[in-house]
Amino acid sequence: MKIIIINYGAGNIKSIQFAFQRLGFDAVLTNDPEEISNADKVIFPGVGEASSAMNKLRQTGLEVLIPQLKQPVLGICLGMQLMCNHTEEGNTQGIGIFDVNVKRFSNAVKVPQMGWNTIHNLKSDLFKGIHEGDYMYLVHSYYAENCNQAIATTNYELEYASALENGNFFGVQFHPEKSGKVGEQLLKNFIKL
Amino acid sequence: MLTKRIIPCLDIKDGRTVKGVNFVDLRDAGDPVALGKQYAELGADELVFLDISATQEKRRTMHDMVLKVAEQVNIPFTVGGGISSVEDVDDLLHCGADKVSINSSAVKRPELINELSAKFGSQCIVVAIDAKQIEGEWFVHLAGGTIPTNIKLFDWAKEVEERGAGEILFTSMNHDGTKNGFANEALAKLSSLVNIPIIASGGAGTIQHFADTFTIGKADAALAASVFHFGEIPILELKNQLKNKGLAVRL
Repeated sequence: MKIIIINYGAGNIKSIQFAFQRLGFDAVLTNDPEEISNADKVIFPGVGEASSAMNKLRQTGLEVLIPQLKQPVLGICLGMQLMCNHTEEGNTQGIGIFDVNVKRFSNAVKVPQMGWNTIHNLKSDLFKGIHEGDYMYLVHSYYAENCNQAIATTNYELEYASALENGNFFGVQFHPEKSGKVGEQLLKNFIKL
Repeated sequence: MLTKRIIPCLDIKDGRTVKGVNFVDLRDAGDPVALGKQYAELGADELVFLDISATQEKRRTMHDMVLKVAEQVNIPFTVGGGISSVEDVDDLLHCGADKVSINSSAVKRPELINELSAKFGSQCIVVAIDAKQIEGEWFVHLAGGTIPTNIKLFDWAKEVEERGAGEILFTSMNHDGTKNGFANEALAKLSSLVNIPIIASGGAGTIQHFADTFTIGKADAALAASVFHFGEIPILELKNQLKNKGLAVRL
């Protein structure tokens, strides 16, 4: 099993690597197109600001490579948002794997949403052994709108898509690597896909 | 529903926890990694590690500790103490810290908040504010609350939000160590003034104090040390009782 974490200089990816290590898997950090293409599983992380992250993806050619991948790909947090059509953060055009837009929470709620929230309307094998109302850890100011590619929803100000699926592509807004045992279950499920 | 967070705080000196910790059957209660892991299993929502040695030569020890915590703990954790530059934060995030907390260095050079949030994102920048109420007015204090300034708490809180802080950790020097409850009036005012999450710190003594700081103080999270370390308030029981009082907690 070869698990790759796409390394394009986005934030704290050590946590993801350690999370796989706790499950007994080595996940390799790389931005090498060939290594990414040949992996069994690909993690697309992302912490930071959308437009500068997207610029890095363009410069490295990853913007073109990622949508061509055939194996299971899991976008996490900003990674998931960049896989959408467009995000309001920095008015950034995304990769467009998920047919949905990303918007900012209004100031009716505290922004960022920071902490543990529940997931609902679970739809995918990604959530095997995970229950309606289980908690995941989230830190974000922007959200993907609820849509027919949503495989989980969460409520903060409104009901939004906290996980998305389109073919071999998956995206989660929460941080499974920081979400205790439930998060570990999701990573195990992803490995088994 | 987004839950209220319960955050144990561990003081670290030279890579070891200080202040006794005797709530669990650990072979080495001074080992921050074992303790952090235990707290995660007992239901803590996040952890804060505060480096109180914070001298240059001890920084490497802290990095090693952060790396080990990141390796073994599956919930988010914040590292604070002696952080004063973009490089410091870069190092800690690379070791696997989820957030960093800055305090005196932000007061001395407020631009640091802008620099950090621009480079790493607001989500990982916690600004800790220690303040003391003197004749009705709250003033920011530095160096663990020992050095007074003439900066007013509420002005400073607004400024750190504008500069890009993702969260405020507010410690009331008047309440810290008293076990008489959190500074709920000031906390509620903070929550009404800024739109980022507020962590309440200082004064936890009973379960009711936690309930009060979430309802009256409108805090998003509550941080405590000794009541957890000495088993006076087991985290699970705390969360169960908060739930019974109608508060959203992760169980």
